[in-house]
Amino acid sequence: AVSLGAIAGRGRATEGLEPNSFEDITSYNNFYEFGTGKEDPARYAHEMTTAPWSVTIDGMVDKPGSYDLAALTDGMTIEERIYRFRCVEAWSMVIPWNGFELRGLLDRVGVQPGAKYVAFETLYRPDEMRGTRSRIIDWPYREGLRLDEAMHPLTILATGLYGKPMPNQNGAPIRLVVPWKYGFKSIKSIVRISLVAEQPETSWNMIAPNEYGFYSNVNPAVDHPRWSQATERRVGGGLFAARQDTLMFNGYEDEVAGLYEGMDLKRFY
Amino acid sequence: MDLAAEVTRRARRVPVWVIYVLGLAPMGWLFWLGLTGGLGPEPIKALEHRYGLIALQLLVAGLAITPLCRIARVNLMRFRRAVGLLAFAYVTAHLLVWLLLDLRSLSLIWQDLVKRPYVTIGMAGFACLVPLALTSNDRSVRALGPRWRRLHRLTYVAVPLGAVHFVMLVKGWQWEPLAYLAAILGLLALRLRLVRSAFQQA
Repeated sequence: AVSLGAIAGRGRATEGLEPNSFEDITSYNNFYEFGTGKEDPARYAHEMTTAPWSVTIDGMVDKPGSYDLAALTDGMTIEERIYRFRCVEAWSMVIPWNGFELRGLLDRVGVQPGAKYVAFETLYRPDEMRGTRSRIIDWPYREGLRLDEAMHPLTILATGLYGKPMPNQNGAPIRLVVPWKYGFKSIKSIVRISLVAEQPETSWNMIAPNEYGFYSNVNPAVDHPRWSQATERRVGGGLFAARQDTLMFNGYEDEVAGLYEGMDLKRFY
Repeated sequence: MDLAAEVTRRARRVPVWVIYVLGLAPMGWLFWLGLTGGLGPEPIKALEHRYGLIALQLLVAGLAITPLCRIARVNLMRFRRAVGLLAFAYVTAHLLVWLLLDLRSLSLIWQDLVKRPYVTIGMAGFACLVPLALTSNDRSVRALGPRWRRLHRLTYVAVPLGAVHFVMLVKGWQWEPLAYLAAILGLLALRLRLVRSAFQQA
């Protein structure tokens, strides 16, 4: 059931976006659990079992527990969201996700007043995820959002793309999508969601805190220490595709700038 | 011992032009793949990386030729210039993809050059290779005499710079660039008199 109705009101930022092909989206991925090469996830992610799947929801919630995937998505309206996707490596795509707003789930499990952040974890199963046998990341992969970011209507849990169930290399069966942040924030194959009081540790920030901040909002004015973030190349344009300018908050400035009012975005990168 | 002599004997029958042809073939082949979708949805980066990696592999091969001869008695010295020049050709192709297909803007190039240490280091490595490529002909070898050998020790600077460039550009500490760096440092260590004499006594 794909419905566009719910995003019609805030669809301005997504108008005129031509999605990348299914082939592009499913053959060029970063998912280090399956290797560091862009083609590794497409090659090896089929080794991951995604059914049965359950997600542990714990921490400061009224209804903690282990939720089976069907229970998690039950009653949620799966919508199509055509979002820009900007990788921290300065490439980008446009992806037609299918998913539901994270806030719907958070409302259902009941967030307690002391909770300020949401922490997420990816599946860690070395015998099915060959990339995790190398210690490049302190597994499991972790990500986190401030509660107001998690409750923002643009933030979704995606269960598919192009109307198909989520391909394994894109984070089956359920992943986060936060379109105004660099791609690594949109954690894949989620098995745990924790409501916590303190800012959680996040994987890339643990590896290189000077390069990857907790916020990691797309920002053309704040460079990665090793490369510029002012421009990006849209994947799929062939050998002669030019770079294009990167947009503040990846083009979602009108919707999300308010979340960061008064914050020094050079400091909280 | 016999094996080394056999390899040397067989290699002697291979004309040097064969090395040039075989060495340059992947450059054209990869470009064609990039044009026709064979390098995936982001062919510019793919081409940039593939040329850079082949360049590094050729540089390692070039560094290995002398110790192979001295320690293992496998004599491939007659291919050394070809390997070096091929490496230079791939470094140049790598650089051209970056300039002409990837960045395409003088201001972006300049910013990267001054602000990004891995770009600065890669460029320094390339700068070291230019005089070596220019003096790789017989006439220069004769004209420079003993200074030619001294000049060509710049390889010992250029090659590790290439590996450091690779280590610095990937996300996190990945084993592949570190393996290249280790191999290069190992090959350079074999040139130290102390290490060399230890091997020769053994």
